Amino acid sequence: MTARVGVVTFPGSLDDKDAARAVSLAGAESVPLWHDDADLKGVDAVVLPGGFSYGDYLRCGAIARFAPLMSELVPAARSGALPVLGICNGFQILCESHLLPGALTRNSSLRFINRDQVLRMENTSTAWTNAYDEGQEILVVLKSGEGSYVADEATLDRLEAEGRVIARYVDGNPNGSRRDIAGITNEHGNVVGLMPHPEHAVEALTGPSTEGLGFFASILGHLASGTPAQV
Amino acid sequence: MARVVVDVMLKPEILDPQGQAIAGACSRLGFEGIDQVRQGKRFEVEVEGEVDEAKLADVRRLAETLLANTVIEDFEVRPA
Repeated sequence: MTARVGVVTFPGSLDDKDAARAVSLAGAESVPLWHDDADLKGVDAVVLPGGFSYGDYLRCGAIARFAPLMSELVPAARSGALPVLGICNGFQILCESHLLPGALTRNSSLRFINRDQVLRMENTSTAWTNAYDEGQEILVVLKSGEGSYVADEATLDRLEAEGRVIARYVDGNPNGSRRDIAGITNEHGNVVGLMPHPEHAVEALTGPSTEGLGFFASILGHLASGTPAQV
Repeated sequence: MARVVVDVMLKPEILDPQGQAIAGACSRLGFEGIDQVRQGKRFEVEVEGEVDEAKLADVRRLAETLLANTVIEDFEVRPA
């Protein structure tokens, strides 16, 4: 049976179509989910896409966190049952929902960054990263104004000790993220947040590489294996 | 109708690049002796009736639920 991966559209989501296309290219069925419907439509996994949900009002992701759909998503994700990938604004929503620790703040340069970016994959055992090799470098797209990952030292130490940093920036820190962190996972390995955009690196025509496809291939592998993600 | 003010500030250990940019502008504009600027947010919440302890407690709950992200921000609640 084809895996069904939901892609949520909030008011102000930008990258939901790209995420849905990446899901399809990886071989899964993409299912549109609407922020205002508290209905996950029985999907096997969910992508929270990039963009500017609710205009980034208050704080990025702060309003989206309380969308009706999130009331279904958060408990299922927290229990470890539902795999969720948050990209860019989706990562911000996951932090605001306390599904992931820390927060994303204004780039240290105060400039919006839009460029190709190399990442080093570190934890390749999660639901969303298992198609990569540990230490593999991938070229994706970074486009964000509030991409600087911050958390207190104790939280950062815990993330490192538990191997929960899934990807780091390579060749310099673009936005001031603590310890060059580009993405992290929760203790179950089912929830992953990533600031750069793998869904923009899935086709030679439009992306700098096709190396972002691994995130979407990973969820297929994870769902096919039928085992819960382990860190 | 009464008003409750909620001030939200980044925690001291969180880098505030906007505040730094403002501090830089201060010296360029000739405002001497300004060491540091940190930028925060002020919310003015209109509540029904009198501001009593129960109302303040409600607004405090609102602040920690929505107005502030307590992972990176501190807040203060006071009657206007």
